[in-house]
Amino acid sequence: MYVAVKGGEAAIDNAHRLLAEVRRGDPAVPELTVAQIREQMRLLVDRVMTEGSLYDPDLAALALKQARGDVVEAVFLVRAYRTTLPRFGATEPVDTGAMTLARRISATFKDLPGGQVLGPTFDYTHRLVDFGLADAGSPDPAAEAEPEADAAACPRVTDLLGQAGLLEPSPPDEGAPVGDLTREPVDYPADRAVRLQGLARGDEGFLLALGYSTQRGYGRTHPFVGEIRVGAVELAFTPEELGFPVSLGTVALTECQMINQFHGHGAVPPQFTRGYGLVFGQGERKAMAMALVDRSLRAAELGEPVAVPAQDQEFVLAHCDSLQATGFVEHMKLPHYVDFQAELELVRRLRAEHAARAAAPAPASDESPLREAAE
Amino acid sequence: MPSASQTPPEPGMPDLAARRQAMAWAGAATADELRDVLAQAGALPEAENLRAPETGLVMVRGRIGGDGRAFNAGEATVTRAAVRLPGGEIGFAYHLGRDRARARLAAILDAHWQRPEARPALAAALAEIAGRRADAAQQAARKAAATRVTFFTLARGED
Repeated sequence: MYVAVKGGEAAIDNAHRLLAEVRRGDPAVPELTVAQIREQMRLLVDRVMTEGSLYDPDLAALALKQARGDVVEAVFLVRAYRTTLPRFGATEPVDTGAMTLARRISATFKDLPGGQVLGPTFDYTHRLVDFGLADAGSPDPAAEAEPEADAAACPRVTDLLGQAGLLEPSPPDEGAPVGDLTREPVDYPADRAVRLQGLARGDEGFLLALGYSTQRGYGRTHPFVGEIRVGAVELAFTPEELGFPVSLGTVALTECQMINQFHGHGAVPPQFTRGYGLVFGQGERKAMAMALVDRSLRAAELGEPVAVPAQDQEFVLAHCDSLQATGFVEHMKLPHYVDFQAELELVRRLRAEHAARAAAPAPASDESPLREAAE
Repeated sequence: MPSASQTPPEPGMPDLAARRQAMAWAGAATADELRDVLAQAGALPEAENLRAPETGLVMVRGRIGGDGRAFNAGEATVTRAAVRLPGGEIGFAYHLGRDRARARLAAILDAHWQRPEARPALAAALAEIAGRRADAAQQAARKAAATRVTFFTLARGED
């Protein structure tokens, strides 16, 4: 018998009114604007866009305001919003080689065309809290220098190394349909394009931990950062009614090319293999973690054993989405009164049977005692 | 694709290339800038909606390894509009974001672009915006260039 329980409407309404008041915080403190969040909490906005899988900085900033800064809740809001919109189509694949660079580094090649451009980075800061930021103030203007002649043409490092055959080429585009996990459920083993789509929207913390696990020995891949580039690319889209590509505007992206030592197998000579990461905005940690896990998930393709979590497609892809994970974990706090009542009845009955057995005289037997776990 | 938003449309360009650049520039402009462009060109902002401004999604594609097979990186919000001028010219706009008023103004601009007599004035007004954007881009490039690493080789050894 299914027993529906009703009640709590007034409590829920009042809880939401209370949430709105608490969200606002102390009314004596000026209210945050969406533009302030977008401009000054930019990396947080970028993370919500990436994991929400929707590029829209103002929307992500608004979602963060509504979610009181809770990233997963903001991702939930963004994903819910996208389900209300029609899809007009897909862009031309972005050309990261033509990116307007804000930052570009390589940990493997010191001298490369275009150079090492640090851009706005926390790297090499001392990580000392700057108490000066507690007071309002304007920073000194950034230094400027004349861009060098080679700065405009800044090839991807992998394009340079690939020419020597030392690096495996990217899988060629043969015009096959591009799998989309928002339209069709994932079948395992999943194609690499679908895996990358899943990793791109996956939770940064989860992928960071998995990437770290490969570095600590759970499926070593001997990675180097071939290149990280951060900057803006133009999106081109061909509307059906026009029949020619139009520029939609530019989006900020972070790309990570991880290159990995590989001993070769069978007909494949030793060469460097690759893992790839691409995320919205500036998200280097996420792009690096994504590239590490992308490479790990290629274990079967490269003839490596599939033995650890970071090599297991289903383990990674079925658990990396923060929205799916939080949905199942957090639903447990909603009322389960009836389920629990049934469990309670069962445990009461089992306890009564257990007590009855304990009270009965022990049977004479030479059976070996049951093995029990330590706890 | 060569970046359509880098240079303003020039009078001598083939029609389609010039129109695409004008559309790209309109896409990079704010709603207020678009109103100014239309006003400067003496183009009336009145038009009939062929398609009311509408916000939707496009799937942004990347390539595996940057240059390989395509994959779906994530979506982006896009707003589109289509209008018809009293003279019958039809204009379109597709822009990132959710600004319906801006998309409609850009579609009106694109429709006026179909009138050859309106083009020079529109191109001149767009070129002003192009100049402002180019200055900003140049300054950003100069700031990035100041963070470029210069390596020094330290000689060590017995002699």
